[in-house]
Amino acid sequence: MNFTQPVRFVAKNMRVDLALIAGMVAPNSRVLDIGCGDGTLIDHLFRTKQCDARGIEIDMAEVTRAVTHGLPVMQGDADSDLANYPDAAFDYVILSRTLQAVEKPREVLRQMLRISTFAIVSFPNFGHWSLRLQLLFGGKMPMTRAWHRMWYETPNIHPCTIRDFFALCEADGYKVEQWLAADEDGKKAPWRKFASLANFFGEQGLFLLRKV
Amino acid sequence: MVLQSREEPCGIEGIAWRGAAAHMRKTMDQGPNFSETPHQSVSFDDGLTLDCGRHLNRLTVAYRTYGTLNAARSNAILICHALTGDQYVAETQPVTGKPGWWGAVVGPGRPVDTERYFVICANVLGGCMGSTGPRSPHDERPGEPWGVDFPPVTIADMVRAQKRLVDHLGIEKLFAVIGGSMGGMQALAWAALYPEQVFAAVPVAAAAYHSAQNIAFHEIGRQAIAADPSFHGGRYWAEGVTPARGLAVARMTAHITYVSEAALTRKFGRKLQGASDLLIGDRFEVESYLEHQGSSFVRRFDANSYLTITRAMDLFDLAADHDGSLAAAFTGTRTRFLLVSFSSDWLFPTAQSRAIAKALNHVAANVSFVEIMSDKGHDAFLLDEPDFHRTLSGFLAGCAEHAGLGS
Repeated sequence: MNFTQPVRFVAKNMRVDLALIAGMVAPNSRVLDIGCGDGTLIDHLFRTKQCDARGIEIDMAEVTRAVTHGLPVMQGDADSDLANYPDAAFDYVILSRTLQAVEKPREVLRQMLRISTFAIVSFPNFGHWSLRLQLLFGGKMPMTRAWHRMWYETPNIHPCTIRDFFALCEADGYKVEQWLAADEDGKKAPWRKFASLANFFGEQGLFLLRKV
Repeated sequence: MVLQSREEPCGIEGIAWRGAAAHMRKTMDQGPNFSETPHQSVSFDDGLTLDCGRHLNRLTVAYRTYGTLNAARSNAILICHALTGDQYVAETQPVTGKPGWWGAVVGPGRPVDTERYFVICANVLGGCMGSTGPRSPHDERPGEPWGVDFPPVTIADMVRAQKRLVDHLGIEKLFAVIGGSMGGMQALAWAALYPEQVFAAVPVAAAAYHSAQNIAFHEIGRQAIAADPSFHGGRYWAEGVTPARGLAVARMTAHITYVSEAALTRKFGRKLQGASDLLIGDRFEVESYLEHQGSSFVRRFDANSYLTITRAMDLFDLAADHDGSLAAAFTGTRTRFLLVSFSSDWLFPTAQSRAIAKALNHVAANVSFVEIMSDKGHDAFLLDEPDFHRTLSGFLAGCAEHAGLGS
């Protein structure tokens, strides 16, 4: 890994999120996957749900890999390029494990819900108990499967917790249509009814939003 | 620009062209000998009305095809050639005897697979390989060629001429239009002019307009041609000569813009040719190479065609045709786009392709955009670039699936 290059995702294990995210997308819809990596998810959405799915990816090597597999992916940056799209161009815009790595998460969310009816956002939860314990007893920045880069080289410049995210949605007027917490292997955590428990036990949060 | 692929290997080996260059220094002032090679073509007696308002009474489009058109006529790919290219994309060029200019991309098992697709390539309007151009008979004075009286043409005019050919071949919708450099401009113009007739468009190393810098380099070439005493105000054909020296200088200048500084350094550096002779006649290898590029070019290209086609490129500005909005050129498009640029291309830099991608985003078009890492400059699109070839191949395969083309 070349640390001088911008890396916009961490533990980019698309397989983990894939089934959960795909479960939120209606068939035959228009989808934009931001930070789509090699396009695994858009391929999945095209093949299983006949979606018109496209992708943006910042890493040119990943873009090339995706296009080589016949997937409509362009090199672009979530922070700057969403502004190019017209209003309501998509039914779903997906931001999988990328929100914590963008320059302006709030603006990116705003753009997502401008160009799309729904936004699907997943992020590693900084409120997970193991991070809390490491910080409490070790006194150092936590290192886990999801947060595995040293503070001075991590691309994850905007970590947040599940509760933080709920608060932002409320502040900016986004309705949480669905949400769930999951562990790193994509298993749904069983604390669906209690956000504070999910925030403690869930390694990642996954949200389906729309404008109120 | 297109011949580079044929000549690059000679340049790298540094052997074949040295002798040729020495030979051509002797012969180029005697004028090239255009062979009257017959070209496959179709003529349209109702002619073509041009963007400038003039009407050509008769339009001839010279072309080549490869592969087989399927029963549904849905597997046709149009290849658009660059400034000095021609229709001989994947076979021996009959005038020069050299291999086709895009043999690495078009052919059996290649990214544009002629066993799967029906490939068409036409000589552009204004060209000199059989299509209507400055060497064609004048509309009013059939006994002499158009010469400099040939009306100015645009990229859109070239596309309209190609459209006539595609209609003639009975193809309602092209599966893809692919082109590099000026060919990429045509691919863009195709998608803008005939959105319903283009399923996929692939502008490679292209731009939506010709920049001031690009126009400036072209102008040097045109001035070199005009300054050649053999030019005779463009009526050189009447004098039985050609402005070969001027055309060669134009080509040499242009050639520099097709390669990167890194590629020139890698191939030639400061190496001298004939190092044993240090006193007189000492030459840098890069000088000799450029001279070869110039002299071999004049054997196959007409100076008035060069003036006509460079002007067409200069005039290209797709946004200007749509009130300054490039996005407006593609409103409502359903065409799938692949934009490809090369990292060391300073003639049609990546920023130009990115600008097209952004305009296409504005209309929510289906667009893939890849910058290929290469140190070979603009010419990279003609050379062995495996990442580019894989990208193109994958894109076409994906499009074929969406178009319902069986494999």
